[in-house]
Amino acid sequence: MQLGLRIAKRLGVFSVSLLGASLLIFAITQALPGDVAQVLLGTDATPEAVAQLRAQLGLDRPWLVQYLDWIGGILTGDFGVSHLSGDAVVSLLLPRLAVTMWLVGFAMFGSLLLAVPAGMIAALKRRSWQGILVSASAQVGMAIPVFWGGILAVVIFAVWLRWLPANGYVPLTQNPASWAAHLVLPVLTLSAVQAAVLIRYVRSAFVEVLNEDYYRTARSIGWTPMRALFRHGLRNVAISLVTVLGLQVSSVLVGAIVIESVFSLPGLGSLLMTAVAQRDLLVVQGTVMFLVLAVLAISALVDFSYLLIDPRQRTGREA
Amino acid sequence: MKKAQLVAGLVLVGLVVLAAVVSLFWTPFDPIRVVPGERLAPPSLTHFLGTDGFGIDIFSRLLVGARTTLAVGIISVSLAAVFGVPLGMLAGQAGGWVDDVVMRTADVVYALPALLLAMLLASVFGASTTTAMIAIGVASIPAFARVARAGTLQVMAADFILAARVSGTSRWGVASRHVAPNIAPVIGVQASVGFAMAILAEAALSYLGLGTPRPNPTWGNMLRDAQNYLFVAPLQAVWPGLAIAVAVLGFNLLGDGLRDYLDPRLREVP
Repeated sequence: MQLGLRIAKRLGVFSVSLLGASLLIFAITQALPGDVAQVLLGTDATPEAVAQLRAQLGLDRPWLVQYLDWIGGILTGDFGVSHLSGDAVVSLLLPRLAVTMWLVGFAMFGSLLLAVPAGMIAALKRRSWQGILVSASAQVGMAIPVFWGGILAVVIFAVWLRWLPANGYVPLTQNPASWAAHLVLPVLTLSAVQAAVLIRYVRSAFVEVLNEDYYRTARSIGWTPMRALFRHGLRNVAISLVTVLGLQVSSVLVGAIVIESVFSLPGLGSLLMTAVAQRDLLVVQGTVMFLVLAVLAISALVDFSYLLIDPRQRTGREA
Repeated sequence: MKKAQLVAGLVLVGLVVLAAVVSLFWTPFDPIRVVPGERLAPPSLTHFLGTDGFGIDIFSRLLVGARTTLAVGIISVSLAAVFGVPLGMLAGQAGGWVDDVVMRTADVVYALPALLLAMLLASVFGASTTTAMIAIGVASIPAFARVARAGTLQVMAADFILAARVSGTSRWGVASRHVAPNIAPVIGVQASVGFAMAILAEAALSYLGLGTPRPNPTWGNMLRDAQNYLFVAPLQAVWPGLAIAVAVLGFNLLGDGLRDYLDPRLREVP
């Protein structure tokens, strides 16, 4: 019963956040000086022509009606239509979604793969040079802008060593080997930069475990630090790690959008950049809304995942 | 160790400030005027770091770029603090539904990262330094609100607040006389860390062409230019990135150092 209530409450928060975000996005686009009709036709259009286009696009309706029309469309999977090309935003989004999803998915996985062992070393060896080295590297890594990391990776691995392609993309279905080759550098860059942020959380989570009674007991019956940490530590660290990952989703997504520009990958980032350059407002509005929807949905899923990881959350009261 | 962090942070931040101040009075060459005959010159005694694809001295552009970095940082962090801190204090002091409304709104804004906000603003108003500042500032409000709220809750639990309330101090008096001075240190730390975030965000925006446009130099748009010459002059792509990293590292170290310096309880046993 209480479990059902918690899930319902979280879904409520999700819906309210979605409503708030959509209002915010809509409000910003309403601030356009003149309006889309004026922008499309240019400054020397006759007022009649502007009025006609305005009526055609439905811009002469009250803003509340326009908002409800837009949000109603989104709830049924219609994210609007580009004023410039006449394409539905969804038809622009879907073919590019895969690229961004590969990037975000692999980068999340890759950053964990880097950050968990590194954070563990930083915690275990925190009084010796190895630990300090890991912490210092993380501090430096956090200061490296993701796009500069990407550019440096291109200079080293594509320009000097010529191991990997500098940019471009090949779909998985077309040529898996080439697909992988094109994704290695962007994913590596994104993972490394993200890992630098994660390491500090992993470290402090493990330091906490090191001070726990169960860890001391495990050590006192002769377990090695590694065995004790893996058997008892990892599950406890996982809880705080999931929290951080949930908060990181949006920054990984932002990183992916930027890195797509560095490596000319045809994902959602490049769709957005083109739309912004052409000032194709409805495409920007629809795509941004789609991304915010994704971020909010993922953070709701992250909250549900606590129930899987932590049995304590399933039974009793709220933590 | 911790004190070393503070000192290192101060030195790095000092370098960036120095570059910005020096650029106001002197740069080796004109940072904007195109010199067709001197394109892509390698580093030399005349051009310390070489010239870019327009024949402009990279070192001069780097110095001037520090100005934009600091200006965007100062304005966006101030914007975030001016709105975020009072809202966070309000949420922490009032509690109940006010707390819920403020913090839920903060969550909504948090779901809209600076980059997406900047894209929206750029497609509505056109990209400029101002849209970048606003996007970064607004996107940073939730972080300040959260820190201020957490600090306020901590202060409000103290006995002296109860004493103040009992002796008839108004809510406003409690906020201004007791809460504000006590949360000032954590806000200072957040400002420093937020500054580092703002620098990263501004660099990314101007790299993507969503911030300060050419010919005005920023470290981000210098990297955008440098990317066209990666196979010819890869070294060009090193300097602006290094400058960004130094600035971000400086403010992060300063924030961390400040945190430990101001609050001995947080000092970790080495």
